Amino acid sequence: MKRAGRSSYAFPLLAPWGYSLLITVLCALVHSSSASAAEDGAVLYKTYCAQCHGIHGNGKGVNVRDMSVQPRDHTDAKEMSTRSDEDLFKAIKEGGQSISKSVLMPPWGPVLSDEEIHALVGYLRELCQCSHGDGK
Amino acid sequence: MILLAGVVIPRADAGDGEALLTGKCAGCHNLAGPAPTTLEALWDRKGPDLFYAGNKYKADWMTRWLQKPQRIRPAGMYYGRHIRSTPDGDEIDASTLTDHPALSAADAAAVTAALMRRKARSDLIHAGEYHAGNISLTMGEMMFDKFKGCLACHRIEPDYGGLSGPEVYTAAERLQDDYMMSYMRNPQAWDPRIFMPNKQLSDRDLGKFVDYMHALSATGGE
Repeated sequence: MKRAGRSSYAFPLLAPWGYSLLITVLCALVHSSSASAAEDGAVLYKTYCAQCHGIHGNGKGVNVRDMSVQPRDHTDAKEMSTRSDEDLFKAIKEGGQSISKSVLMPPWGPVLSDEEIHALVGYLRELCQCSHGDGK
Repeated sequence: MILLAGVVIPRADAGDGEALLTGKCAGCHNLAGPAPTTLEALWDRKGPDLFYAGNKYKADWMTRWLQKPQRIRPAGMYYGRHIRSTPDGDEIDASTLTDHPALSAADAAAVTAALMRRKARSDLIHAGEYHAGNISLTMGEMMFDKFKGCLACHRIEPDYGGLSGPEVYTAAERLQDDYMMSYMRNPQAWDPRIFMPNKQLSDRDLGKFVDYMHALSATGGE
């Protein structure tokens, strides 16, 4: 009885701002969830990587004509199998220079979450149809 | 009377411009924000967000451009919707690109006035942080291409450079200096899912890049 009474007393006090607070919190949670949700590897690739590496990952993106170093062909199983998943993750997150490659490959760490970079590494393995160490 | 006219006329212009913006521009431009937070929304964007236009564009350039619009992003927006794969590599599919409509001088002035009132994200602008300096075209290009790799996506001449980003040889004509500093410092602060990387440039490098944008504009795109 006492609890029920306290609840019924508290409810009208909370009502004017309690619901708006609740809605604000829920909206923030939904927004935060959608903003941080990891995107699909293929969609990420087409957004961030295809401009240089090409729609089909063959290294012939729309930007390549005037690039001093040509982008990696991600469908090249022989070349891609020499790279471990950790190397690929590092190259995406920290950029080409982190693995002694071209500055033209930028660091995507400030833009993509680790989860999204892992998704991209997974998609690279789909493109090359290969794993690290294949062909050894 | 003169003083009153000076106050009233811009408001009337801005009002007309507001009607034009909402009536004719909202189909392709986001006038109220926020910027896309998902890749799907990013892909669907047809023109630049305008809810912070007053912090981004130079008014005189905007008025001129609206009367004689010319493409700034060679591959359109979003680039992935306007490229196709060929045996020789990906190329722009010009058949998917549409021209921006041209406005009359009066409408261009009215729309510009309305745009300049849109000053969202002023928190990202540090007014007066850019201090004009000099940089040679050679040194600027060295930074832009060899040191930072920006040329991969941006043209520094009408037919030289990458295609997925906006041309930069007109950037200083189009954009406010402090906006360029802020945007290059952290593109995702303005546009959370944009495909321009954050190169984590120092304040000194940011200033030098804006110097370079001015040096490029001074060449008139030659």
